Amino acid sequence: MLKRRIIPCLDIKNGRTVKGINFLNIRDAGDPVELAKRYVEEGADELVFLDITATEEKRDTLVELVERIASKINIPFTVGGGINSVNDVARMLNAGADKVSINSSAVQSPELITEIANRFGSQSVVVAIDTKKTNTEWKVFVRGGKTETALTTVEWAKKAVALGAGEILLTSMNNDGTKEGFALEITEEVSKAVNVPIIASGGAGSKEDFKSLFTKTTATGGLAASIFHYGEIPISKLKEYLRTNKIPVRCN
Amino acid sequence: MIAIVKYNAGNIKSVQNSLNRMGYASVVTDDPQTLMEAEKVIFPGVGEASSAMRYLQERGLDEVIINLKQPVLGICLGMQLMCKQSEEGDTKGFGIFNSVVKRFPTTVRVPHMGWNDFTEIRDPLFRNVERSDNTYFVHGYYAEICDDTVAVCNYGVEFSAALQKNNFYGVQFHPEKSATVGNEILKNFLEL
Repeated sequence: MLKRRIIPCLDIKNGRTVKGINFLNIRDAGDPVELAKRYVEEGADELVFLDITATEEKRDTLVELVERIASKINIPFTVGGGINSVNDVARMLNAGADKVSINSSAVQSPELITEIANRFGSQSVVVAIDTKKTNTEWKVFVRGGKTETALTTVEWAKKAVALGAGEILLTSMNNDGTKEGFALEITEEVSKAVNVPIIASGGAGSKEDFKSLFTKTTATGGLAASIFHYGEIPISKLKEYLRTNKIPVRCN
Repeated sequence: MIAIVKYNAGNIKSVQNSLNRMGYASVVTDDPQTLMEAEKVIFPGVGEASSAMRYLQERGLDEVIINLKQPVLGICLGMQLMCKQSEEGDTKGFGIFNSVVKRFPTTVRVPHMGWNDFTEIRDPLFRNVERSDNTYFVHGYYAEICDDTVAVCNYGVEFSAALQKNNFYGVQFHPEKSATVGNEILKNFLEL
């Protein structure tokens, strides 16, 4: 049986790991390669590295980091942040990343999704969506959550998949940093609307939050940063708990 | 020396990284002579079948691979190209494995992405591996079960997780991305 995935996310700034709380007030917490290795040993199923500075001059630093990560870890990983062109994607994949995630650039130029899918395959394109409930509607936000767009979340997810996205990484800005649980309703709405794997992100604060995600939605994975990062919930303990609760997870 | 076939498919470097970590020297090459003289050959790849096949044919690499006598391991797209036929881009394969590659049904999410276990496994590739062990899969097309099937996985349908015929081996999953279980399977191949 296909397992539900537990995915730690490492926010990277200038080659170091950081975690934003509600996308602000960033705290420094360590070397990405060391942290990645620790997560692999604990049983992480996949890793996401999100470069939150990602300016042009920092791009080479990120490529070097991706090469270091790829040489040290033996599970799949995704790199995101500031990827704007097929050429950026080629550099990340050639450096050893398995997938790239694109967010603002996909909203700005949806054809980029198709270009990446045609050249490297759909499995290499993760479309990351930052979503926030405004009044009654879940809307898509870009530029690190700073700019609201006219897009509604479900419609954008459907379009992204039609254009070639192989996976959707859905982050609820309402939940991110709160540690009060994933946004189950919008996660399931998106999950039902498309036929690719969905990774839910934002709000994980306890083992029970992952249990709710996997019992109340059809999301294939759960992503979190700070709870793994500061050792609040060891991944091995989380997986043991999920297995005890009859949720299929990888424990080898 | 282990030779890794160089062509226009992704994830080739991951295989070399994995061999490095295990202490095996390898070379990534599309030189027929180097491939023929290698101790073992790994034919990896993710990507699209018809464009990969066209690239290989243009360089005569299809004939080189088909005629190799040492152990050869196809990974993911590499394994699928070693089958008879693929629905992806209506591509004719090498015809080494007696299997047809088909698109997953719409009843499951595609691609099949993530960690999955086996319903059947056979030595020598799966020595010291349990059926309950998980490996990492990422693919939208699957090889049907056939008489060359040596491992079976279930995702909406039962399909070939691994194939073997004579000196040719193929795995649908990515051993180079499958943590310790993947290392064990790669080691089994490298120690053949």
